[in-house]
Amino acid sequence: MSKVIQVEDLSKFYRLGVLGGRSLRSDVHDWLDRVRGRPDRWSHRGGGRKRGDHIWALRDVSFEVDEGEIVGIVGSNGGGKSTLLKILSRITAPTAGVARLKGRVGSLLEVGTGFHPELTGRENIFLNGAILGMTRQETQRKYDVIVEFSGVEEHMDTPVKRYSSGMRVRLAFAVAAHLEPEILLVDEVLAVGDVAFQKRCIGKMGDVARGGRTVLFVSHDMSAISALCERVILLDEGRIVADGDADATIEAYIAGMKETGPEFGEVRITPAGHDDGLPIALHAVRTMDAAGRVRGDFRSAESIVVEFDFTRFERADYLRIGFDLVSPRGMVVFRTFHNDLSETLIGEPTGDLERLQAVIPAGLLNGGVYQIRPCARRHRHGGPWILRDLPGPSVNVILTVPNPDYATSSRAGLVAPMIQWRSG
Amino acid sequence: MSQRDPDNGWTTVIRPKGHWFDLRLRELWTYRDLVALLVRRDFVAQYKQTILGPLWHVVQPLLTTVTFTIVFGRIARIPTDTLPPFLFYLSGTVIWGYFSNSFTKTSNTFVANANVFGKVYFPRLAVPVSTLGSSLIGFFIQFAIFIGFLVWFMSRGAPVDPNLWVLATPLLLLLMAGLGMGGGIILSSLTTRYRDLTNVVAFGVSLLMYMTPVVYPLSTVPEAYRMIVLANPMTPIVEAFRFAYLGVGTVTAAHLTYTAIFTVALLVCGVLIFNRIERTFMDTV
Repeated sequence: MSKVIQVEDLSKFYRLGVLGGRSLRSDVHDWLDRVRGRPDRWSHRGGGRKRGDHIWALRDVSFEVDEGEIVGIVGSNGGGKSTLLKILSRITAPTAGVARLKGRVGSLLEVGTGFHPELTGRENIFLNGAILGMTRQETQRKYDVIVEFSGVEEHMDTPVKRYSSGMRVRLAFAVAAHLEPEILLVDEVLAVGDVAFQKRCIGKMGDVARGGRTVLFVSHDMSAISALCERVILLDEGRIVADGDADATIEAYIAGMKETGPEFGEVRITPAGHDDGLPIALHAVRTMDAAGRVRGDFRSAESIVVEFDFTRFERADYLRIGFDLVSPRGMVVFRTFHNDLSETLIGEPTGDLERLQAVIPAGLLNGGVYQIRPCARRHRHGGPWILRDLPGPSVNVILTVPNPDYATSSRAGLVAPMIQWRSG
Repeated sequence: MSQRDPDNGWTTVIRPKGHWFDLRLRELWTYRDLVALLVRRDFVAQYKQTILGPLWHVVQPLLTTVTFTIVFGRIARIPTDTLPPFLFYLSGTVIWGYFSNSFTKTSNTFVANANVFGKVYFPRLAVPVSTLGSSLIGFFIQFAIFIGFLVWFMSRGAPVDPNLWVLATPLLLLLMAGLGMGGGIILSSLTTRYRDLTNVVAFGVSLLMYMTPVVYPLSTVPEAYRMIVLANPMTPIVEAFRFAYLGVGTVTAAHLTYTAIFTVALLVCGVLIFNRIERTFMDTV
């Protein structure tokens, strides 16, 4: 077997929070330091993972992958999975280390890779093919297979902006998979499609690997990972903590998740704020019932109030405060921001303690322990993260259906919304 | 070489920082189909859901020219050498338009494409290069209008004199493309770090226009200011264009050589900086 991916001591270092990376002043400082021969203050390799407002998204990651392998990559959010794929697909450069790849790399990192909303499906297939490095003739040759696989034949002349997200991901996967890359990188994208399509994609990835090509597959869906992969790499806080047989690694992952017990009710967050250059200091996050009592256990028929205590140093229209609700198996169930519906909730920064509440409606969540992970980012689309994946409080939800005859601790699905049925 | 190169036999090697001169221009060439599609995309997508569509390319320079003719010709009474003011301003607007379009659009490369750049790799230079292409389509439309008016004015006996210098048009376009892209990608690289520079672009371009003989001929510039206007590499291009198509303009081979050297230097700097920034851009958006 010949090696097609070789990763040596790959590390990636992010700064959090400083707009646009840095200011002219700190650049001049760094430059002066270097000129005077002082050690670069960022190249320090020891110490913990977090240093002030910077974070090692990957630390000294090394592994090799043989031709024809399908390797699953698992780990909790912020473990470094996506960063790894982004480096391998050359979207961003590593801070240290080296990765070597043999052959063409096709990647599918998010829904609708490079689709242009105003162009039709047909035009976008060619555009995507070209983005992935295919020539026009190659795309032309594959065109019919791609369209057939995607299952959206009848919409080929419709602008992609009218597609559903499911249709987009089908089309994107169809293009990426039929490019016949030697290495296929797939991040958590298939969660969007329907189950039948997911199965088809997983089947296709299996075919790709049997055809002698290599697949790296990031997912939170352990059943998909264990169905597809013989080898799994587990990343935690940027390091490889397990690499080997799929079932053993998945077990280690699930066991590791339980190790750090969840906190319920209220979580106090060590204020990181103005001094660190962050425009917001988050002090506490708590979950309450409708009457305002702090609680950790909820029936699914109750609404859950999530309350944030924070101080702001910057105007509200530059800031979005929110959280991810993470399922018992580590998937993000949803993400919400304070200004999703109203832009005027918070005004000028006062420097005083402020509060925001989000209400998770009753009759939505499934049974199980969900975690709230506060985050904040700049206002614009794709604005940088200021806070991300903070460990907030967990809520233990007990599934309650109105008719006790059908009581069960949880149902299939990430959520268990109470859906209105009616007779036709 | 006794030591074996560890990178030997691998198609892609990803390291923290490439060499300054690792430009991967060959890779850009393999992506030429992408450039062609991006040109098409830019041009088509720009006009979907607009009423006038590509007619905007016609409306915009005509209205600008009419405004210039009234403001600078009738009100301020700036002399236009011996040329009919309308043709004088139209020629200036059309030629300046290609530069300002190329510059403004490429200066937006990183910010406008953050979405795509965050999801998939391709040589990032494909984007500014394709911008030059789609701006060129717009230029040709405007150029055709200019030629139309030129012929009409000539048929009515206006004192204009197109000459062999028109053969230099491709060279002038190439120089402008180089200047626009060179400056544009330097700015787009810098704006990923220093956001306030985005504000500079719009008013910078309009200020630069007044440093270029677009609304006045170089011949009317007082001696004291002439060096300043001539230091602007766009000046010889505009003057040469006017000289070629209208027969009046102040340009020498030395001026054009200066522009050519300036362009190459700017473009090389731009590509070097762009390639440098491109690798970590996604972390700083």
